[in-house]
Amino acid sequence: MLDAAIIGAVLASIVAAATTLLLASLGELVAERAGTLNLGVEGMMIVGAAVGYVTAYGSGSLLLGTLAAVLAGMALSLVFAVLAIWLATNQVASGLATTILGLGLAGLIGASFVGTQLEGAPPLHIAGLTDLPILGKALFGQDAFVYVSLLLLAAVAYTLTRTRIGLVLRAVGENHAAAHALGHPVRGIRTLAVMFGGACAGLAGAHLSLAYTPFWAADMTAGRGWIALALVVFSAWRPLWLLAGAYLFGAVSILQLHVQGFGLGIPSQLLSALPYLATIIALVVISALKHGRGAPASLGVPFVPDR
Amino acid sequence: MGMGDAQDTPDALLEAVKLTKRFGSLVANDHVSLAIRAGETHALLGENGAGKSTLVKMMCGLLQADSGELLYEGAPIVFPDPASSRAKGIGVVFQHFALFDALTVVENVALGLPGHQPLAVLAARIDDCVRRYGLGVEPYRRVGELSVGERQRVEIVRCLLGDPRVLILDEPTSVLTPDESENLFRTVDLLTNEGRAVLFISHKLDEVRRLCHRATVLRGGKFIAEVDPKQESSASLARLMVGAEVPRTPRIAAHALGEPRLLARHLSVAGDGSRGSALHDINIEVRAGEIVGIAGVAGNGQTTLFDALSGETQVADHESIVIDKVVAGGFGPTERRALGAGFVPEERLGHAAAPDMRLSDNVLLTTHGDGHIVKAGLIRRATLFSRFQQIVKGFDVRFGGKDPKARRLSGGNLQKFVIGREVLRDPVLIVVDQPTWGVDAAAAAFIRTTLRERAAQGCAVLVISQDLDELLEFADRIAVMSEGRLTAPVPVAETSREAIGLAMGGSHSAGGEGHHAA
Repeated sequence: MLDAAIIGAVLASIVAAATTLLLASLGELVAERAGTLNLGVEGMMIVGAAVGYVTAYGSGSLLLGTLAAVLAGMALSLVFAVLAIWLATNQVASGLATTILGLGLAGLIGASFVGTQLEGAPPLHIAGLTDLPILGKALFGQDAFVYVSLLLLAAVAYTLTRTRIGLVLRAVGENHAAAHALGHPVRGIRTLAVMFGGACAGLAGAHLSLAYTPFWAADMTAGRGWIALALVVFSAWRPLWLLAGAYLFGAVSILQLHVQGFGLGIPSQLLSALPYLATIIALVVISALKHGRGAPASLGVPFVPDR
Repeated sequence: MGMGDAQDTPDALLEAVKLTKRFGSLVANDHVSLAIRAGETHALLGENGAGKSTLVKMMCGLLQADSGELLYEGAPIVFPDPASSRAKGIGVVFQHFALFDALTVVENVALGLPGHQPLAVLAARIDDCVRRYGLGVEPYRRVGELSVGERQRVEIVRCLLGDPRVLILDEPTSVLTPDESENLFRTVDLLTNEGRAVLFISHKLDEVRRLCHRATVLRGGKFIAEVDPKQESSASLARLMVGAEVPRTPRIAAHALGEPRLLARHLSVAGDGSRGSALHDINIEVRAGEIVGIAGVAGNGQTTLFDALSGETQVADHESIVIDKVVAGGFGPTERRALGAGFVPEERLGHAAAPDMRLSDNVLLTTHGDGHIVKAGLIRRATLFSRFQQIVKGFDVRFGGKDPKARRLSGGNLQKFVIGREVLRDPVLIVVDQPTWGVDAAAAAFIRTTLRERAAQGCAVLVISQDLDELLEFADRIAVMSEGRLTAPVPVAETSREAIGLAMGGSHSAGGEGHHAA
């Protein structure tokens, strides 16, 4: 049936759109649970996208490109970590600087690749399952990034709640002075958490430039890093809510495209703004419901041990 | 070594030898020595700012000494971080607890222990420890929901599960009801009987004399003496601590009470859901000429009560607060000040005074509405500065420089300043939260005397304090706050420490002959 095919395709593209957001916000969630607010997500993501694309283009290997993207995101997050954690600079300013630096770097790296194109990451195909109507393509016809993002989500959720390292990480974000007094290496743990965030943002960038839209354009992240940051607040710093949030925003951003296609006479600019509008509305609703109480108590506060 | 032969005794488990620590120009510890022995409770006595916390932090690796050394079982040792001291069996229960509100008791305990243990195993160990030492703690409750006394027990349990040889308790009773303190003393006795050493930091002399085998006294960052507290009187210990006789607040002969200046009627505040933030049906009257004290353990709604009275927290029922016969529940702080009220909150740096503003500018924070310092929107600097100097002279506020930033003052001097700022506005009502918290004895006596004199001149004074001795010394009537409820005020002469202590623990009667529920 034609309708089922269209619905199936829409659902599949929602999953794809949500995956970028999920990857980026998952990393930021971990960094924030450890107490560090990194506003550099957008910058780390676009550097990941650029480095990933250039590497894959040059080597012909998507896997190599993805690895390079992850390393690039981590490298940029390390710059942020040195500033914000070890030099105890203002986290908001350092994060914004990271984003600006990332956008500039990515433009430079990708300058000679504008207009080129890649063969994107291949989707999974399981005979029978993938061909199921409606949900078949959304569930069983995605590329590796989608499945990795879900595995990563499960791993993060499990680690945060069930393991000692997760407990220590949460403790560092709750009360860094107490964690320090108990002998936990506050700044080391925060650095690792921020680097995990950078790796995830790089991976999200690779998903964009190697799978979702496999070409290079200078501003291809288009604010997704900022939405990822908002999603962390939306989720009240809980991984499962993050999943719901990412898919909700993925849905809004895809559906507005289709609404544009129907030609309802609503200006396309307004529709394109929908995901961002939804971000603002979600944040307002969340704070009105005092749902945002889950914020780690030491979030955004630099830690400087006495000597 | 000069200062007693105690440091040389070989059986010292942990010993500080001539530790010195400087912070900028301040010498927080100046060649301070201290020896803790197995099976003993050793008191570390001193006023706020005497250097007790600095010494403890050096002994557990949180701070590094500039000079001097630590001996562990007689051999020199360096603790570069807290983990290394814990590995040697040194456990610390800090005054400001090192707990995580958002986590459960068992998670908090796990964070204090090395290696990984399944939480269920740990919960069973907690239950064991609780039974053995009589420490009531439930493993799966969230720490944020616990009372201060319970939080302290969590800290102690966490230390004990690490099987410490030395347990350091930093001002452990300052947050406890008298009943909870008794419990703690029993636990400490059990611990020393097992051969552990306990370092008991306090400025409460009676409990030190009862509990401790030795006492080291610090004053102004210097070692003053090591004494046997059981051979000393509270007065002689106080002399060592303060370096002079401690003045007492003069009792002022009874005088007639005037009009009610503050009336709270069925005052309720919903609270934000966190502990100790709600008020339930508070009723109190403060009349001209009297000091009414509100006793209670921290976190039972005192802060919310202060905020509701000062106008920082909105109350739903405007009729529930009356200041000098005017219904004031709908007013903000400035309007309430205009009615003749003065407010001194608990936190002096950040709430009563802006840390990075000069003292003279801080004067403006509560006087801008009074009409003569600000006129037509313009600050009259000359008037402001003369008021500032009036406060400094009249209240003996000492500082370096001409007009320093508020954060550069010592706690006692800043407290004298914020109280002077309110008193010189000539209020008919003063509400003070913790007037002498963290203030040295001389400044505390000065503040109490000032408030006493104000009352004698016809001002109504409401004092919220966690220092029961202070309230018994200078209040006329005392009410007790517990879980957001307030008992009816009782004249000091008709009540007792014991009755008030019971009410602090939640039995709602402060009366001398009051019966208490089990």
